[in-house]
Amino acid sequence: MSAGVSRRDLLKGGGALLVGFSLADAALAQPGPPQGPDRNRIDSWIAIHADNTATVLIGYVELGQGCTTALPQVAAEELDLGLDQLRTIAHETDVTPYQGGTYSSSAIARGRPQVQLAAAEARQELLRRAAQRLGAPVEALTVERGVVSAGDRSVTYGELVGDQPFEIAFTGTAKPKAPSNYRVIGQRAPRRDVAAKVAGTHEYVQHPRLPAMLHARVLRPRGQGAYGSPPRVLSLDENSIAGIPGVRVVRLRDFVAVAAPREWDAVRAARALKIEWEHGETLPEKSALYDHMRCSAEAETVVRAEGDTAAALSGAAFTATFEGETPYQAHAPMAPNCAVADVRDGEARVFCASQDIYALRTALAGLLELPADAVTVRFAESAGTYGHSLYDDVAMAAALLSRELGAPVRVQYMREDEHGWDTFGPAHIGKVVVGADSAGKLVGYTYDGWQHSWSFTETTDQLARGTAARSWPMGPSRSVNPAVCGGMYAIPNLRLVDHPLPGAPYLRAAWLRSPLDLSFAFVSEQAIDEVARQAGLDPVEFRRRNIADLRWRGVLEVAIEASGWAPADSRPRGGDIATGRGVGLGTHLAGWGGAVAEVEVNRSTGRVRVTRLWGALDAGCAVNLAIVEAQIVGQLVQTVSRMLYEEVRFDRTGVTSLDWSSYPVARFADCPEIVPIVVQRLDRPSSGAGEEVMAAAAAAIANAFCDATGKRMRTFPFTPDRVKAALAA
Amino acid sequence: MADELELNVNGETRRVSAAPDTPLLYVLIDDLGLTGPKFGCGLAQCGACSVLVDGREVRACVYPAGSAQGREVTTLEGLPAWHARRSGAAVADPPLHPVQAAMIEEQAPQCGYCYGGMAIKAAELLADNPSPSDAEIVEAMNGHLCRCGTYPRIVAAIRRAAEAMRG
Repeated sequence: MSAGVSRRDLLKGGGALLVGFSLADAALAQPGPPQGPDRNRIDSWIAIHADNTATVLIGYVELGQGCTTALPQVAAEELDLGLDQLRTIAHETDVTPYQGGTYSSSAIARGRPQVQLAAAEARQELLRRAAQRLGAPVEALTVERGVVSAGDRSVTYGELVGDQPFEIAFTGTAKPKAPSNYRVIGQRAPRRDVAAKVAGTHEYVQHPRLPAMLHARVLRPRGQGAYGSPPRVLSLDENSIAGIPGVRVVRLRDFVAVAAPREWDAVRAARALKIEWEHGETLPEKSALYDHMRCSAEAETVVRAEGDTAAALSGAAFTATFEGETPYQAHAPMAPNCAVADVRDGEARVFCASQDIYALRTALAGLLELPADAVTVRFAESAGTYGHSLYDDVAMAAALLSRELGAPVRVQYMREDEHGWDTFGPAHIGKVVVGADSAGKLVGYTYDGWQHSWSFTETTDQLARGTAARSWPMGPSRSVNPAVCGGMYAIPNLRLVDHPLPGAPYLRAAWLRSPLDLSFAFVSEQAIDEVARQAGLDPVEFRRRNIADLRWRGVLEVAIEASGWAPADSRPRGGDIATGRGVGLGTHLAGWGGAVAEVEVNRSTGRVRVTRLWGALDAGCAVNLAIVEAQIVGQLVQTVSRMLYEEVRFDRTGVTSLDWSSYPVARFADCPEIVPIVVQRLDRPSSGAGEEVMAAAAAAIANAFCDATGKRMRTFPFTPDRVKAALAA
Repeated sequence: MADELELNVNGETRRVSAAPDTPLLYVLIDDLGLTGPKFGCGLAQCGACSVLVDGREVRACVYPAGSAQGREVTTLEGLPAWHARRSGAAVADPPLHPVQAAMIEEQAPQCGYCYGGMAIKAAELLADNPSPSDAEIVEAMNGHLCRCGTYPRIVAAIRRAAEAMRG
């Protein structure tokens, strides 16, 4: 990376992908409004080069989920270019357009229509110019790899536009291709980032090195306490690190960091610096967490109410009640977060791995008291984050330190910083009551959820400026999800209720891949199985009777068929090793997920193994089948990890799971045999594929455990102690 | 105190000014500018930083740079040449190690951050055991973490690489 260069240089040659890039970049490089380049202009999205190649400017970030391959596929399709003729450019404020943050599986779900429209507008304009040049009507033109032909005459896109901006706004008249004409969408194009990742040449956010850059480490107590009660510095002894050359200490209120020219010196200084914290017992006892949550609920909120649930449940032939309590879980990215900032002369440049660089720019401008257009944020990939880990927090730390030290600063969090100060996926209590009639039709359903809000204020901001601990302003941060809580079934009487909690005195929280959906499905789908059992119906047959939506039915049937599910299953359940299989349905916000799990439970050790896992996902149009399959595999492995191993530990003072030994995750040996199944629907909108089959898989694993043992787990992860306790109950 | 260390990294002699107890990872990344080994935990728990020292996989985040003196250090960048040398092929401009090629063929990585360590460990395994069973692959690799859950594809890639190396 040639970090610290101007926008113009970034466009000209900021990376290997841009070799030969000679776009007339003035139109792209103008400082824009806070929201970036005008999204209604073709030049904000597509640049056509003289050599008949093109650059597509993408506002979504690569998180290993493949959007820098799939979105160019979308553009290539509309433009009739080969994928090899398209490149992308690093995501940067005012250079790439704002498409929204890269979360909630939005890169394809929201990004595909945006890129599709832009490319269709560009194609329409290119064909208009080609028609003039060739003296033929637009209808008579054909395009192949950017060569527009009318009979035996042809002209290339490069000849029509090369190196000049389009300089036109969207017309609103361009029509994207009909799915029946797709040639690139739906193909298994190889990912464009894979070779460099395997060769070791891919640039991650950990890699930029600027001239005279200092390496910094932050100091915080090991493991956060309650969100509303940040630690305070009682004393700080700079003499304790006097022996380490070139180290500087920065203190802003309770934000403390050390910086040094050599990275190892910064690490050593952070370890050696004598600092005393006020860091008291602010958290509830972990054993009393759920009682505390029940007691601190604010006024309840009805999320959805249909029919008369109370009457329906009291008249039901079969009812099942199930209550579950689920843990805090960590993002725990393989790479602790890192950022590089250069804040000087009233301007700030920040390299980071934020899921939303435009929102971060606004936050950084506030933090640094600079106008937004003086702040440039450029994305570089870090390890898979799976939600809001500390990428914004570390970017803020780097920016403040660079300002204070007057030099570029790279902040690399250590493992205990990341595990200890994460914004965790929050704990949850769910209580469900389900009723069915004598024919096995669901008649009533209630779900009550207790969960606290996400945390809005980053720790760096809290410590450095004393900024108050605010709750996330948007509603879904703490709401029961109707798509997962009964939404897959036709239930005439349904009531979903939130019992929202304040964000304090709990742990910091934010979205973690498929936020709370694993918890919702764990509770809800176990109750569905329970009422099916009472009705004397196979859990698959019971679900069939209650699904009206063909797409839910579709994922159920393909998962069932792939797994060879037979209703009259009679595997041995005696002996030390009990085996079982289970089914589950679920999604995130949109999409349709179905899963079947097979598990083994060792009765004497309490150890659970998921041996086989089938996951079916209908995400509408899968732009790249291979990438969606890879996403399913990753989701299923991560679901095994979250159901069997992952739980944030804490005492009243703070988080105590600070590494991979105290916060175990699934390893090679824990991996089941996995079958990913994509239900391809080219003619439907893409609904997102990054997190839509985890809830189904979580439910399938829980139901398989009960099938094996006859006992229901009421919390996860299924640790040996909990399993043995459940088996003895 | 900073000392002059002489290291053999990817077949080249490199001199760096660093204290001998500096973890090798910081020397490789900060002094030698390598991007193959990654910082993951600093605790030898995850394997993102793995390199070969005299052909054995070590965790560079805790391995003292001073201990690498007089030994051959191979990072992800040097893995193709390391393999070419072992298999008697030309070392100049070598192709990727078969396990790297197989990882691409399998489209194995997602974020890819752990893959340097994965490739290093798999290369060590295949040098020791040209025909590992799946169970042997899992046993050898089990100390390396992948948060994206690409384990099944890594196993498939190692299997594919073993076949390719056997010819």
